[in-house]
Amino acid sequence: MTTAPDPQQDGFRLSQLIYDTRYRSITIQVIALIAFMAIAAFLVRNTIINLSNLGKDIDFGFLFNRAAYDINQQLIPYSSDSTHLRATIVGLLNTLLVAILGCILATIIGVIAGVLRLSKNWLTARIMTFYVESFRNIPVLLWILAFMAVLSEALPTPRAFRGENPEASMWLFDSIAVTNRGTYIPAPVWGSGSAFVVITFLLSILAIWAFGKYAMRRFESTGQMLPTFWIKLAIFFVPSLIVFFLLGRPIGLSMPELKGFNFGGGLHMRNSMLALWLALSFYTGAFIAEIVRSGILAISRGQTEAAFALGLRPSRTMNLVILPQAMRVIIPPLISQYLNLTKNSSLALAVGYMDLRSTLGGTTLNTTGRELESMLLMMAIYLVVSLLISTGMNVYNKSVKLKER
Amino acid sequence: MKKSVFLGALTMAGLAAGAAMAQDSSTLAAVKERGMLKCGVNPGTPGFAAPDANGKFVGFDVDVCRAVAAAVLGDSEAVEYTPLTSAVRFTALASGEVDMLARNTTWTFSRDVDLKNTFVGVNYYDGQGFMVPKDLGVSSAKELSGATVCIETGTTTELNLADYFRVNNMDYEPVPVESFTEAQTQFLAGACDVYTTDASALAASRASFEDPDAYVVLPEIISKEPLGPLVRHGDDAWGDIVRWSLNAMIAAEEYGVTSANAAEMANGTDNPEINRLLGVSGELGAMLGLENDWALNILTQVGNYGESFEKNIGENTPVALARGLNAQWTEGGLIYSPPFR
Repeated sequence: MTTAPDPQQDGFRLSQLIYDTRYRSITIQVIALIAFMAIAAFLVRNTIINLSNLGKDIDFGFLFNRAAYDINQQLIPYSSDSTHLRATIVGLLNTLLVAILGCILATIIGVIAGVLRLSKNWLTARIMTFYVESFRNIPVLLWILAFMAVLSEALPTPRAFRGENPEASMWLFDSIAVTNRGTYIPAPVWGSGSAFVVITFLLSILAIWAFGKYAMRRFESTGQMLPTFWIKLAIFFVPSLIVFFLLGRPIGLSMPELKGFNFGGGLHMRNSMLALWLALSFYTGAFIAEIVRSGILAISRGQTEAAFALGLRPSRTMNLVILPQAMRVIIPPLISQYLNLTKNSSLALAVGYMDLRSTLGGTTLNTTGRELESMLLMMAIYLVVSLLISTGMNVYNKSVKLKER
Repeated sequence: MKKSVFLGALTMAGLAAGAAMAQDSSTLAAVKERGMLKCGVNPGTPGFAAPDANGKFVGFDVDVCRAVAAAVLGDSEAVEYTPLTSAVRFTALASGEVDMLARNTTWTFSRDVDLKNTFVGVNYYDGQGFMVPKDLGVSSAKELSGATVCIETGTTTELNLADYFRVNNMDYEPVPVESFTEAQTQFLAGACDVYTTDASALAASRASFEDPDAYVVLPEIISKEPLGPLVRHGDDAWGDIVRWSLNAMIAAEEYGVTSANAAEMANGTDNPEINRLLGVSGELGAMLGLENDWALNILTQVGNYGESFEKNIGENTPVALARGLNAQWTEGGLIYSPPFR
């Protein structure tokens, strides 16, 4: 019997790295990576040397110096005595605030516009088409400036509210003042014991969620439906109100009123924020509308027909059959729209909204002259924020994805 | 994915590094070879630097650029103007995008020392003021507690404002705006009660309003704002040229040399200082590395300091600024040139 020669067992030889297909691709990748790293290292080193020749060493120490400028919208306490680092954080929080508010409003606008664009009503569908096309095809910076121009030119100044026969008056029982410096709304004043009300409120939200689960299980096992909407509404309001009155109304309202040059009291929503928020939301909403429309159209017509054949009403067909399936198509492109909105918020400086770009990349950069450091830090922060958003959305995407069993 | 992000970031850093090239050593040689001076100016402050009806930049700061071009190249029109916002001006200068900056820039310690600039002199002594609508009924900045203030971001005025209100225990609501024009729009729309910037710019801006009389500039000047041209560190010879071009304009006013009589005086006068200035005697031009008629070119083509002042921002112009601190030292002002000797 002839025996085939044994495969060589004497181990690994260097030439295998090139001639053995098992190793070749790894070899090439490693060499490419080393070459790339070498080039990158050379360029980074070159930058640093050139900068130090210009007398500009990379140094982030300026972040701990006194900022010396004021910021109008602060979510955390800040004064001109605070450091540049704190100014950066104030700016970052303002960025996140407008990004979160924007994502929420853009989603609402987008879903409504997307569904209505498929409406059988000719007028509704055309209006939505007009909205989508006009907002998608005009740069967002122009929309931001346009919203700001309308808000500051068309609305009355606080002085117009003054006098015996004021030219302008407040809305809703004198509780909301809409001026060209911003909108003033009543703000809650947290008295002692208000924490209990808040805790009760949070607990009732939890209860609503638990009740929803219970009602669903009951429906699946017995087929009986509870009037969930009314019960949920009751859970939402009743316990909190009871605690609120039992504790002697610990949460008061601070009403806006004319004081000196401006309105005082209440919550001041600045026009810069409103303009940025509305413009970003309507702009991104137009893209989301198209995503929603494509998601719905991606579900085959047969699904709707099958649902109708089972006797489901059109609204239930949409909620129970179409939207859950459409979500799988909608979520991935929706993530990039959220990222776009967050990044577009850096146009805030155009209307003087003090976001990260306006604090760290604006006044801090200007007064310290640390362009490269500020820019690198700002890029790093936007990168981290964007990666966090997409990680979060990817987790949600996994939960609605088709479960393959 | 994490790795790809990292590698992508590295690539971008690399590209940025490639763009940061080494500076050439002599700005003077570069300007002469180019036949053109690159000058950074304000995009639009009437009187100081703004395009005229033909789109050509004119103004008091622009005249400094023209003077340097006249001294170096013999032609005051050989200037390429780069309009710069306050945010990018120092970067543009440091990167060599412009040869000099004549852009109402306040001379401060940190800008001079930390940002590695060389301020070569002061062409306008300014201070920060406040403008309010007349019907607000305010007569002093001390009454502005609680006011909404329009302020250009990234300027020294923003820092002065914060300090002033803090020291006087008043609060205010800053409305940051990105540019001079945006500030005017907001102020005119009543989105802010007060507009604050350098007093000269306030006057310039008030002059451009439809109804200037409805606005008043408050008497308080809350800061020192010496405005002047600057160059980057590292080329002292170039800094000398810009410094003495400005001084030539100032000295010429002091000695009564004007654009009208400069050519005549260049034939020789009794005053040895004028003779040295105009290159009749001495080798001042050669010491700077320029022709000996460098100052004569400045004076015939641009005029002296007083002429430039009257033409652009003087009392007969819409900006209507009085000489005040900017009068010659002989007339009680601060404008003073070291001797030409």
